[in-house]
Amino acid sequence: MKKILEVKNLSISFNTQNGEVQAVRNVSFDLFEGETLAIVGESGSGKSVTSKSLLRLNPAETTMLKNGQILYNEKNILTCREQEIRAIRGAEISMIFQDPMTALNPTMTIGSQIAESIKKHSTLRGNQITERVHELLQLVGIKEADKRYKQYPHQFSGGMRQRIVIAMALACEPRIIIADEPTTALDVSIQAQILELLKNIQKKMNLSIIFITHDLGVVAKMADRVAVMYAGKIIEIGLVDEIFYHCQHPYTQGLLAAMPNPDIETNTLYAIPGTPPNLLQPPIGDAFAARNNQALKIDFLEEPPMFKVSDTHYAATWLLHEQAPKMIPIHQQLAQAERKEREKAPVFDTTKPYLTLQGVKQHFKLDKNAINKAVDGITFDIYKGEIFGLVGESGCGKSTTGRSIIGLNILTDGDIHIDGRNINEAKTKQEKLAFNRKVQMIFQDPYSSLNPRMKIADIIAEGLAIHGVPKSEWRAKIYELLNIVGLTKEYANRYPHELSGGQRQRIGIARALAVEPELIIADEPISALDVSIQAQIVNLLKKLQKERELTYLFIAHDLSMVKYISNRIGVMYRGKIVELAESHELYDHPIHPYTKALLSAIPLPDPKLERERQRIIFNEAEYNATNRESESFTEVRPGHFVMLTEEELTQYDQVNSESIPL
Amino acid sequence: MIRYIFTRIGYMIITLFIIILLSFLLMKALPGSPFNDERLPETQKELLYKKYGLDKPVPIQFGIYLTNLVQGDLGISFVLDNRPVTKIIQERIGASAILGFQAVTVGTLIGLLLGIVAALRHNTVIDYGATVLAVLGISIPSFVFAGFLQYWVGVKLGWLPIAFWNGFEYSILPTIALAVGVVATIARFTRIEMLEVLNQEYILTARSKGLSNSVIITKHGIRNALIPIITIIGPLTVNTITGSLVIEKIFSIPGLGEQFVNSIITNDYQLIMGTTIFYAVLFVSVILVIDILYGFIDPRIRVIGGE
Repeated sequence: MKKILEVKNLSISFNTQNGEVQAVRNVSFDLFEGETLAIVGESGSGKSVTSKSLLRLNPAETTMLKNGQILYNEKNILTCREQEIRAIRGAEISMIFQDPMTALNPTMTIGSQIAESIKKHSTLRGNQITERVHELLQLVGIKEADKRYKQYPHQFSGGMRQRIVIAMALACEPRIIIADEPTTALDVSIQAQILELLKNIQKKMNLSIIFITHDLGVVAKMADRVAVMYAGKIIEIGLVDEIFYHCQHPYTQGLLAAMPNPDIETNTLYAIPGTPPNLLQPPIGDAFAARNNQALKIDFLEEPPMFKVSDTHYAATWLLHEQAPKMIPIHQQLAQAERKEREKAPVFDTTKPYLTLQGVKQHFKLDKNAINKAVDGITFDIYKGEIFGLVGESGCGKSTTGRSIIGLNILTDGDIHIDGRNINEAKTKQEKLAFNRKVQMIFQDPYSSLNPRMKIADIIAEGLAIHGVPKSEWRAKIYELLNIVGLTKEYANRYPHELSGGQRQRIGIARALAVEPELIIADEPISALDVSIQAQIVNLLKKLQKERELTYLFIAHDLSMVKYISNRIGVMYRGKIVELAESHELYDHPIHPYTKALLSAIPLPDPKLERERQRIIFNEAEYNATNRESESFTEVRPGHFVMLTEEELTQYDQVNSESIPL
Repeated sequence: MIRYIFTRIGYMIITLFIIILLSFLLMKALPGSPFNDERLPETQKELLYKKYGLDKPVPIQFGIYLTNLVQGDLGISFVLDNRPVTKIIQERIGASAILGFQAVTVGTLIGLLLGIVAALRHNTVIDYGATVLAVLGISIPSFVFAGFLQYWVGVKLGWLPIAFWNGFEYSILPTIALAVGVVATIARFTRIEMLEVLNQEYILTARSKGLSNSVIITKHGIRNALIPIITIIGPLTVNTITGSLVIEKIFSIPGLGEQFVNSIITNDYQLIMGTTIFYAVLFVSVILVIDILYGFIDPRIRVIGGE
């Protein structure tokens, strides 16, 4: 294979008010023609900075290039003239950004945004450019290109916008595309579409792709080779199978172990302890040593070099040194330990559900003629002590359901009973307060859900104050709560900005627990966190479930995590629950076409599986075109409910009686 | 779009009615009357009241006023020789309008330029310099600046006339004095908006296409930064036109502002009402124009308004 780009000993720092942040430290890698190199890492690992420096896009005022070269076409990108780098940008190397909602200029038509780089880099003019834009729009799967190229970004959905961004990147037939988390902001099925599109185009145009992501499932689906970054360094690099099945660095092993594995049933997820180091003062030795409880002495003293594992596989860990002791990798340890003690599935009292939703409807009036039926007649129970997962894509009504339960909306129709009492009947302030005490919410974004001007102690105390806990008991209670969520009492006097994302989410949980609730509604509580931190929070939620007999409604779009944590799962589509079953049952025997498609769209962190898998496509138009008046929520297998029309039901029964001979 | 404009005009009329009603009542609540001269005998006063309809109950007076207003009649001045209010406004508005228009145009252009340059040279001497100028422009009252200009440019250097209204060169100094505040406001606002826009991801996208800085700034930067700036240009224009009365006094310009102050002192009801209504109409029209302009610059608003 031909080498197309070479990064040598790249070191980049940023000047900040607090000092020099060493964002990228001595990174080297090659990129070959036609391959996809995935760069994996948590936030702050330096992956985005590395990728932006390939086009010199880091902010000039604060970026300090300490060392290194990026060689493309015998030119050093880091030192060439501004004119030369502009000729490369968009023409030879182009970039796809994370958030398609902000990556497009809202005041320019998408056609002219795509045309811009064609005008700049090619000799095409006038009508030829328009034709080329049409061609590109068709290539990325946008229909009616001749009409749509005159439209503005806000007239497209998120997935469509990302297609436009891709069309822009492809406009001048570049040789390298850098995709910086291109699907993180999208729903799973849209993500699957975009990933497949990228793969197809790569084949057609023999593109090289540098794919930046933190999602190991996406890596398994997309990558030929993987580079794992930690604390500004590449700590392991190799072919995708080498990384997933023979990884050497404890951090890589930890990352893989932190993903819920659909095959191995575990009681707790493996969570890498601690948080990534501060790159204002990068640690001496192996940067990961502080979070590795099997670290060797030398890990704290000297930085490990890149050891060769195979011709394509290198890892920077002292474990590969010939004198190193033999250790069982973390993920294998886990599998062994878990086999020993696996808990039985808990049994719930199904006669007296803790939470009951009866035909709940939540409609919002948009204007005179339009109604948004956010939640349109849903019925389900949650038993005491259960974790109920609610999944679905953005806009399906799952968050609205959560908000209705804590009484943020007045129901359009239906009843919600909590612990046997109807929330519609709570009229006075006292009664409402009594409900609020029982039901608490944990929010998605740990950055915006804590008041930045309040100390942690005051944030937690607010709940205590509203619910009449005497002031003299506050301090003790706050320390106790911090202890429960795994933080020391020193945190009480800090402000939210001094905390990391995972720590803030712990505060969010402590705040919810302050009033000793019985039901917790967790609205995407981990989706803003890094993989290794996600596992910590999920473990904490599970621990609390057991110790405090909490009941959860766990709202999420990350289906693998939902499967891991939930006892039962409801799948929402367009304001309705279309399928509800125990989590294993749902994953092993999905019946509703939407559920099937959703499940097949989740990228699994297993490259071999990913290669074999066929995605099931949900034909939304056809589904909505069929007459669904006769549909009902039917129990087709024990405890497994599906929304089917009479016709579909007879069809299902037929197929099943044929395939299962009794 | 047309329906959108019509609903906006509907709201405009409601707003105007409320303004008229409130100012009418407030004016009537003030002590005194246009015929306060002590030398005037009581019987004479009563005759005058009767003549101008001031003896009737306030609601009826308001009704009569509204009926006339709808027919385009703002009444006659009680003080200035019974001349029609519309005539007075017509005579006086010319100077004020020219002055205001010049100040706003010049001020906005310079302000935009200053703000953009400051944003592009963020945290450099140029940026700090522009910020200091803007703060000075906002904090120094325009009359201080006017006096300064009159003394140095007018008297000491003798370059330009310092008073009266006899042609373009007479308007230069008052325009500058009036524009300073506009420059400062616009510059500060533009700088903030521009910095905000330059940090947006679509600017990074544009850079990654290989576009030159000038194209990025003009095509992707300024247009997006303009949207919020347009919002303040509307009220700023009206403020400048109505707020020019001090400058008009200092430079002895026969403008509307000066007349307005006089009419309040003399309790000239019709003239007060007429001028107030004139300013109000000006204000809401400017806001309407801004709203429509908005739609042209920001396609997101255009579509919501159109559908």
